[in-house]
Order: sequence, then structure tokens, then C-alpha cells
Amino acid sequence: MTAIWRRKKNLEWVGQAIVLAIVVGLLVLFGHNLDQSLKRLGLRLGFKFLDSQAGFSVAESVISYDPSQPYSRVLLVGFLNSLKVIFSSLIAATIIGVVAGIARLSDNWLVRQMAKVYVEALRNLPLLLQLLFWYFVVFLALPKADNPIFFGFIQISRSGINLLGLALSPEFSSLFAGLTFYTGTFIAEIVRGSIKGVDRGQSEAARALGLSSGVTLRRVIFPQALRIMIPSLANQYLNLAKNSSLAIAIGYPDLYAISSTTFNQTGRAVEMMILISITYLAVSLTIAGLLNAYNSRMQRSSR
Amino acid sequence: MINTIKTETPILIANDVSKWFGKFQVLRNANLQVKAGEVVVIMGPSGSGKSTFIRTFNALEPYQEGRITIDGIPLTEDIQNIDQIRQNVGMVFQQFNLFPHLTVLENITLAPIQVRKFTKTQANEIALRLLDRVGILEQAQKYPGKLSGGQQQRVAIARALAMEPKIMLFDEPTSSLDPEMVREVLDVMRSLAKSGMTMLVVTHEVGFAREVADRVIFMDAGQVIEDTTPAEFFTQPKEARSKLFLSQIL
Amino acid sequence: MNAKTTIKPVRWVQKNLFNTPYNAVLTILCVWILWSISSSLFSWLGQSEWTVISENLRLFLVGRFPETQLWRMGAIVTIPILIASTLVVRRSQAWNFVLIPVGLGTIAWLANGGFGLPLIRSSLWGGLFLTLFAAAISTALAFPLGLLLALGRRSELPVIRGISTIYIELVRGLPLIGILFMAQVMLPLVVPFRLDRLLRAILGLTFFNAAYLAENIRSGLQSLPSGQSEAARSLGLNSIQTLRFIILPQALRLVTPAIVGQFISLFKDTSLLALFALFELTGIARSILSQPQFLGRNGEVYLFIGLIYWMFCFGLSQFSKRLEVRSS
Repeated sequence: MTAIWRRKKNLEWVGQAIVLAIVVGLLVLFGHNLDQSLKRLGLRLGFKFLDSQAGFSVAESVISYDPSQPYSRVLLVGFLNSLKVIFSSLIAATIIGVVAGIARLSDNWLVRQMAKVYVEALRNLPLLLQLLFWYFVVFLALPKADNPIFFGFIQISRSGINLLGLALSPEFSSLFAGLTFYTGTFIAEIVRGSIKGVDRGQSEAARALGLSSGVTLRRVIFPQALRIMIPSLANQYLNLAKNSSLAIAIGYPDLYAISSTTFNQTGRAVEMMILISITYLAVSLTIAGLLNAYNSRMQRSSR
Repeated sequence: MINTIKTETPILIANDVSKWFGKFQVLRNANLQVKAGEVVVIMGPSGSGKSTFIRTFNALEPYQEGRITIDGIPLTEDIQNIDQIRQNVGMVFQQFNLFPHLTVLENITLAPIQVRKFTKTQANEIALRLLDRVGILEQAQKYPGKLSGGQQQRVAIARALAMEPKIMLFDEPTSSLDPEMVREVLDVMRSLAKSGMTMLVVTHEVGFAREVADRVIFMDAGQVIEDTTPAEFFTQPKEARSKLFLSQIL
Repeated sequence: MNAKTTIKPVRWVQKNLFNTPYNAVLTILCVWILWSISSSLFSWLGQSEWTVISENLRLFLVGRFPETQLWRMGAIVTIPILIASTLVVRRSQAWNFVLIPVGLGTIAWLANGGFGLPLIRSSLWGGLFLTLFAAAISTALAFPLGLLLALGRRSELPVIRGISTIYIELVRGLPLIGILFMAQVMLPLVVPFRLDRLLRAILGLTFFNAAYLAENIRSGLQSLPSGQSEAARSLGLNSIQTLRFIILPQALRLVTPAIVGQFISLFKDTSLLALFALFELTGIARSILSQPQFLGRNGEVYLFIGLIYWMFCFGLSQFSKRLEVRSS
């Protein structure tokens, strides 16, 4: 008869139980310490404080808000501001990334070199530094609002971007520009890699049929490359969403910035942390879910 | 006990071994007994469970029912028994499975040094003797990636022998070799058989089975359905399924 | 001969820039963009003032670290190099277990002070040195944790796999700034002893980095054929020996480029410490810019530190590319 302590299954269970005990033990210890600390600070866990008056004003908001409204409202303002910058720069970064990625494979030498300089320059610089640069060096050094620079329909000035009457603050514009151009470099590399990853025989076959290089790229190569790039693209979108939390560095009132102010006023570290975590996890899961759904639809239609 | 002497008690006993992959039953009450010094060839169509069967003898595959005893040690969940059996049973794989980051010599000496606790000098001595025996002494310092398939498989045999096993298992050792390299590997196996090694060989090489095997086992659908001498198996198989199989490969 | 050399550039321009009408339009567009960027750059350069860099060079490099103690920084940089070279020369496994803890202990002593050395408050740490230090130390600490998490996530044992997966996914779902916030604000609430601000930040970077390293290592483990561990087990090696001699050497070699990539990303991420009142490269830049005499010199300062970041990241990425080519 095999001794109990020499059975593989038993040893595995004992090992797992020990690991679990350590993890649970640590969590209990942390919980206990947390409880002690909160008692010392005179705080009790709970989300009731969300109903009390926020009392601070916010520079920009998608929905109506004034300081007499509660914390829950101001946090919603922050959340919507986050969504606004995430989705607009997500779209812009995709466009810039795809353009730059294709440009890196262009037969035009100048186009190729400019795309390369763009990608290599910006992806090797910290995003935070780029945001500071866009805000302090670019937008705040622009001419005043009564004397803007025109790019067609777009007016750019110290007060931000004015797009056909849609006014965007310099904080939003900097964050948008920073996230877009930074994420664009990574998307460009993904696009370039995926296009190169499509079998060369495909473009040869298309050219042999007499298709132009533009049609070959649009109708033959790109649809196939798209399938290769989706998982990496999803990762970049998730990174963009998380990186939008750097808004606080240039004073754009996103979810993190407003949570941080709320924490400073109330001292509610645990509650704010839980709230932030759940929100970002939810945004991450949503983006991942959407891309997965799109991906599986693509896989199905390709059969 | 010297393992080259043929004793009457079998060195390997498999009694009613059954195994499931999920709901699919791969082994159905498979039975086998092998005496020390015997060479047993296992044949059967693909998916018949023959590879799985010999992999259970090395605890690479767990089994759910039945009993396996090797050299008097029962193969159970007991980790000490598993360790002991693995040291007694050598295995040669279809894909060689040499360690690409180690030289040929290091491939062979790793287990003797780490498991048997031999000194480096002792282990090197054994390894060089074995490399000489399989005919590739000059390749000792090379990395496996630089060798041909046949040479790699001969290193794999030497690597298994370095642990001085009592039984050697071969899982389709020539199936992924180019035709011109099959012979050099079979030659090594032939001389190993002559030296009195107990061998279990899953293979489709009829010539090898005829010439070297003491017995041929035919498996189908997870069962051992024929267990006889090679002469009998290849000339007058008893079972209909054996006949069908032979008509396909001969 | 002479005619050929004059014609060559013209032919090159025709072939590479104006071969189709479409490309000609693109070329002209590019030239216009280049011209507008460089003209505004030059007009800015004309009015730029670089004394903000030359007067603060030491702050950019080492922060406010006391001058008499700078040798300690030198030693902190030298120790890892010494350990690494010793380990390369003497390839004995036993040395790993002695040298690395002793080295880390010495570094901690030099960094903090005590036992005869004057204490240096972490607020005096800064500049490029702190950036490098934070990135290197948190990578060194995150590596073993990441390795365990990667193995845990690949484990057949449900409890261990579950815990590892939850940790990895939770951390990867959160922005780094949130993790650093937790490390600054929550850590003091849950541990009974006082942790230094810099140490808390480094722990935050470590916990964050470990999750990403774990995923890198896991991809290496996944790409190894199962025959490798089967062969090792059939030779009688136990699971720890199999891991140490067969699986890890191969998996780690495979993922080295990815790990360098992760280091680059962490190196850039250290800039976030500036948001938590630490004075690494970005933090010291912001603190210099807040002094009245350097007000408005944002362009000069950010370009300068940008160049430093860029040189390190670009250099490392070229190194990682070369590794990738060599390993394939």
C-alpha cells in the first residue's frame, strides 16, 4: 500500500492548500492592518460619501455639472470625459497608424523615410513627456484665440482646437494629440508587420491578374492582414484606454484625475481604488469583448 | 541480479490496463508480459493505442484501471515508485526530443550527473563509450541541430542507455527519418537486442520485426488482440484484423 | 563618366519620388509638411535659451544627491556589472544563490545608508540616475515574481493557476498610474511598518512589471514542444530539474527580445514617478521648470530629456532586434 504522503494527487493538493493558505493569510493580514489604519484615521469603509456635495468645479464636461452636485455626479463627469478622449483618439490613432504603416512600405523614398522617422522618434519617448510637450510647448505657445492658425476648417490656438464650431480645450487637444500620435506608432508597426506577413504569392497573383497596386492592397492584401493584426490591435486599444489616465499631468479632468481630487478631499483611498479598478477593468473588458466578437465574425466569414 | 540473464518471472507485467482521454477510451483491458532479455515488437494501425500503451510504462501517460508492474515495482501514484521506474526504463521518441541547447555530450551526461549523481568525469566516460557504440563519437561536441536525423536518433538512444535502464521503449523510432537513415538506426537497435537488452518497440518496420523480435504484439482499438512469434504473425495471422492490417502494409 | 554622375541623382529622384503622378503628389505633400515643421522649428531655435540645461546638468544626471557621496552611485552601478561578469566566468549555479542576495543587500545599504554611511533621504535621489535605478531594480525584482506567475498560470493545479491568472489579468487591466497610486496610498495602510516613498514607487513598478513579464515568459514556455519535458522526465529528471536544465534555459532564450522590449517600456514608464513627487528625469525637469528664472523654457528642457530617453530606448530596441535576428 502506498503511503499517503507519497501519492502524487495528495502531494498536489497539499501544495495547493499551502499556497492558498499563504495567499489568504496575506490578504487577511492586509485586511486586518487596513482595518486598524482606517480606525486610526477615523474612517469607515462605505460608499455613502458619494452622495455628499463635491464642492469642486470641473473645467469641462459632457453633461451639465456644478459644484453643488454630489461626488457620484462629478465621477460620472470624469468617466464620460475619459470615454470621450479614449474613443476619439482610438479612431484617430487607427487612421494615423494605418497610414503610417502603409507609408513605411511605400515605393516613394521620402514617404517611407518620413514614416520611419515618425515611428522611431515617437515610440521611443515616454508618453507622459509627449503629453507635457504637446500641452506646454505646442498648445500653450500658440497664438491667442482671436488670432488662430488655420488648417482648412480647423482653427488652432492657445484655447485649443476649433473644428467647425466644435471647440476643444487645449487640455483635451493635447491629450488627444499625444495619445493619437503615440499609439499610432505602435499601430503602424502592427500594420506593417501584418502586411508583410501576408504571403507574397497573394500580391504576385493579384498583380498577375492585372490589378493595380492600390486595388491589390485594398482588396487582396489588407483584408488578409486585418485578420493577423486584430489581436495586437486589441492590445494597443487597451493600452490607449489605460494611458488616457495620464490626463492628470496636463489637467484634463478624466476619471482618474477626478478620483484623485475626490481622494484628496475625502481620504477615501480604498473606495476610490475599487471604483477606478472596476471602471478600467470594465472598459478593458468591453474593448476586448468587442474585438473578440469582430474577430470571430471575421474568422467565420473567411471559411 | 544481472539483467542479461533470462529469468522466468516477467520483468514487465501489464494487467487489464484501461485509459480514457475524456470520454474516449484509448486502452481497453490491454495485457502484456515481457521477460528480461526479450525483444517485443508492437504493431497496429494508427490510433490503435500502441504508443499510448508503451508510454504508460514510463508514467508519461497515467492510466485509470489495471495494474502495471516493472521489475517488481508497482507503477502507481506513488511518486517514489514513478521516479524509480523512470530510471529503470529508457525511452526513445519518434521526434528524437534531443535538448537543442545542450551539446551531444551534455545531452547524454545530464541525467547521469543530476539523477544518478555521477561525477562529470564518470559521466563523460560513459557517454563517450556509448557514442562510440552508436558510431558517432566524433559528434560529441556538436549541438543536435547540426546532426542528421539518423545521427540525432542514435544520440537519443545513447542518452537513454546512459541511465543503464533495464528496459528500453522505442516509440516509432524510424518514422520521422528519411529513408536512407532508417538503416543506421535499426542497426544500432539490432546490436542492442543482441547484447541482451529488454526492448519494446512500436514500429512499422516488418524486416526488423521478422529478424530481431522474439514476439510480435498486434493491437487494435486499444486491445492486444494477437501475441505470437514473428514467423507465425507474418505468415499465418489468426485474427481478421491482423490479416487486413498485414495486407495493407506488406 | 562625368555625365553619368550628374544624371544618377536625377534618375534616382525620378525613380524613387516621381515614378507615378500619385507619387509625385505625395512627394510634394511630404516636402510641404517637412518645410512647415522645420521652419517653425528653426524660428523656435532662434529664440531658444539653453542655459537652463547647462546650469542644471548635474540635477538632470544625479538630482540633489550630495556631491561627497556620489561614489556610492558609482558603486551601485558597478556591483551588478561585477556580479554579472562573475556569473558568466564561473558558471556554477551555487554562486547565484550567494552573490545575488549579497549584491542586492549591498546595493540597498549603499542606497539607504546606515552602518557608518550617512543616510540619504530618497527625496535627494533624482535625475537620469534615479530613472535607470528604478527601471533596473524593479526589473530585477519583477523577474522572479513574473517567472513564478508564468509557471503558475501554466500549472495543471487549478488553485495555483487561478491565483496566477487573477493576479496577471487584474494588474494588466489597470493603468500603471492606478497601481502606483495604490502603492503610494494603500500600501502604507496595509503594512504595519513605514515604507519610503521611493521604495513604494519601486514596489508599484515591480508588481506592475511582473504581470507583463509573466505573459512574456509564458509565451516562451508555450512555444516549447512538449517532447522536451517528456524526454527529460523519461530520463528520470524530476520536475524541478526538468524546469531548471531543460525548459527554462530554452524558454528564456526565446523570450529575451520580448523581455528587452518590456524593459524599454518600463524605462519609459518610470516617468510616471514624476506624478508622485519623485524627481527622476521627468520629475526633475518639472521641478527645474517651476523655478522663476527658468519659467517658460519648456521646449528646451523637454527636448533635452526627450533626447536622453530616446537614446536609451532606441539603443535598446536596436539591441533587441539584433538578438531576435541572432536567435532565429
